[in-house]
Amino acid sequence: MTALMTQHAPVLLIAIPLLGAFAVPILGKLGRGARDAFSGLIALLTAALAGVLAANVFGQTGAASLYVLGGQGFQLPLPSGMSVPVRIVLQPDGMSAFMTLITALILLAAVLFSFSYWRDRSGGTLYYSLLFLLVAGVFGMELTGDLFNFFVFLEVTSIAACGLIGFRVWRKTSQEAGFKVMALYTLSGLFVLLAIGLLYGQYGGLNVAYVANALSGGTLDLIALGLLLAGLALKAGAVPLHMWAPDAYGEAPAPVSAVLVANSQASLYGLFRVLFTLYGPAIRTETAGWLLITLALLTIFVGVTMALIQKDIKRLIAYGAVSQIGYMLLGVGVGLAVSVAKPDYGFVAMQGGIFHMLNDAACIGLLFLCSGAVIRAAGTSDLDRMGGLAHSMKWTGALFLIGSFALAGVPPFNGFASKFLIYEASFRLSPFLAVVAILSSILLLAVFVKAFQAAFLGAKPSVPVRRTSAGMMIPMVALALVVVVFGLFPGFFLDRIVTPAVNALWYGRDAYIGLVLGGG
Amino acid sequence: MNLGNMPFVAAALLILLGIYAVLFKRNLIKIVLGISLVETGVNLLLVTLGYRTDGIAPIFTLAPRAGPMVLPTPQALTLTSIVIGLATTALLLSFVVWIHRHYGTLDVRKIKELRG
Repeated sequence: MTALMTQHAPVLLIAIPLLGAFAVPILGKLGRGARDAFSGLIALLTAALAGVLAANVFGQTGAASLYVLGGQGFQLPLPSGMSVPVRIVLQPDGMSAFMTLITALILLAAVLFSFSYWRDRSGGTLYYSLLFLLVAGVFGMELTGDLFNFFVFLEVTSIAACGLIGFRVWRKTSQEAGFKVMALYTLSGLFVLLAIGLLYGQYGGLNVAYVANALSGGTLDLIALGLLLAGLALKAGAVPLHMWAPDAYGEAPAPVSAVLVANSQASLYGLFRVLFTLYGPAIRTETAGWLLITLALLTIFVGVTMALIQKDIKRLIAYGAVSQIGYMLLGVGVGLAVSVAKPDYGFVAMQGGIFHMLNDAACIGLLFLCSGAVIRAAGTSDLDRMGGLAHSMKWTGALFLIGSFALAGVPPFNGFASKFLIYEASFRLSPFLAVVAILSSILLLAVFVKAFQAAFLGAKPSVPVRRTSAGMMIPMVALALVVVVFGLFPGFFLDRIVTPAVNALWYGRDAYIGLVLGGG
Repeated sequence: MNLGNMPFVAAALLILLGIYAVLFKRNLIKIVLGISLVETGVNLLLVTLGYRTDGIAPIFTLAPRAGPMVLPTPQALTLTSIVIGLATTALLLSFVVWIHRHYGTLDVRKIKELRG
């Protein structure tokens, strides 16, 4: 059983949530208890599979492994003599395993949180169904080694995400947000598909390794790269294509907002995969690096300044989430810009950027879950109309503060560990970058302390508040533990999981192509 | 001018027209139509990529022995993409229906509760 799970973990990671998505409506007919138990089981199984996969991949120091569907064996490389390498390939390497860990962590926290959160609301069955569909798509994006499959999974996540944003049709604003997000997601998907079409037209293949091997870096390739960048940056919520993000995160139910962040990060993963594995040496240039850095600075700056003026607690956190995407882009952008000239500190910048994905998922996830508890207690999401919640919700307040400090990069929380690497490396490229990044972090801290003050401090509210139930507390405490433990022992995690993930992107391209094409 | 390139020109025109509609039209239905146009353009490009002069359909039963067979991949891609397009368009239109119920208008300038 364990051996079977280890061998088939990549495909099971997609299949189990997919099964969950379509079985939940049937189990929903048996009652709420059966549905919740089944959803919990699916989430636990998924998390276990992600753990098994990660243990396996990081046990081999993050080297890529191959999982082929539709061949005689599961590890067969593409037939190198065949002119048309058509196979369904999953290829978990360090970076993919790292991303599946993030997604599984957020899924588990969101599902645990939802048990209490949806107890007295309708639409729970639909909600679990769409949630698992979304996560199946995210795992697919992270594991696939095929361009077209990537597009299909991208669209699966788009449709499921917009269903989750807009399924509460009685809310006026959720419909507006749903339409806006779906329109932009569809356009981003079509950009990606157009780029895939251009690449297919030239090289006659859809396999990432096959196309990467044949890529010549001509004009059409660069057009395809531009389309891929635009589409994936849009879906990741990078400025100037971020306008959907606050609506999406703000209008979705609180646990879904956390999962949507994991979805945005999967698009970011796709972006990095395109840059490092698909294009590789052809675009490892300063120009590409500075392009990413510009995007990153814009994202950080706009995210933080827009967070300043928000009155709605979830939109405020949403802009915080947008700004964090900028830090990841900054780390990777600095890495790209110096990858030829000074590869050693480019590697440090990459470590910071990639490590920040995990840290951001944990602390933003924590903040969104806290906001869910706050909105439930206060009956409103308007910061001006709430206050004094700390009188009855001490622990939620403390957790919110932990999340805020981690997000702003205050030691000893996890945000500091990754942001410090980014500051250090970007300072060596240009002090200006580090100054913008540090100032924005300080501003972000001010914004979140202000939000904390508005929601938790002040006179005791006149109406009794609904306290956070134990079921909601457990996932929040678990995420807070991740935040603290990763902040206290960053070196341990940096060596074990972050460095193999960065290695897979930074050095792994040739090994990856060799593995999939069978050395031919 | 090489007439063989016409499908590519048509695809590019469709895509540009669609993007224009998404950016500059005020009516939600027209925006959905724009997205549909982009989608059609991309699908046309995919199908065109699979076209081979004198190629025959890749069905082995009763196929004539002579001549090249086309690769079925682009057709499979296009079919998948059409199905995905159906789902996204349906979802978009259902959002439009609900927006019209809530706001009583389809004009994007009047639907702006989420700003900033």
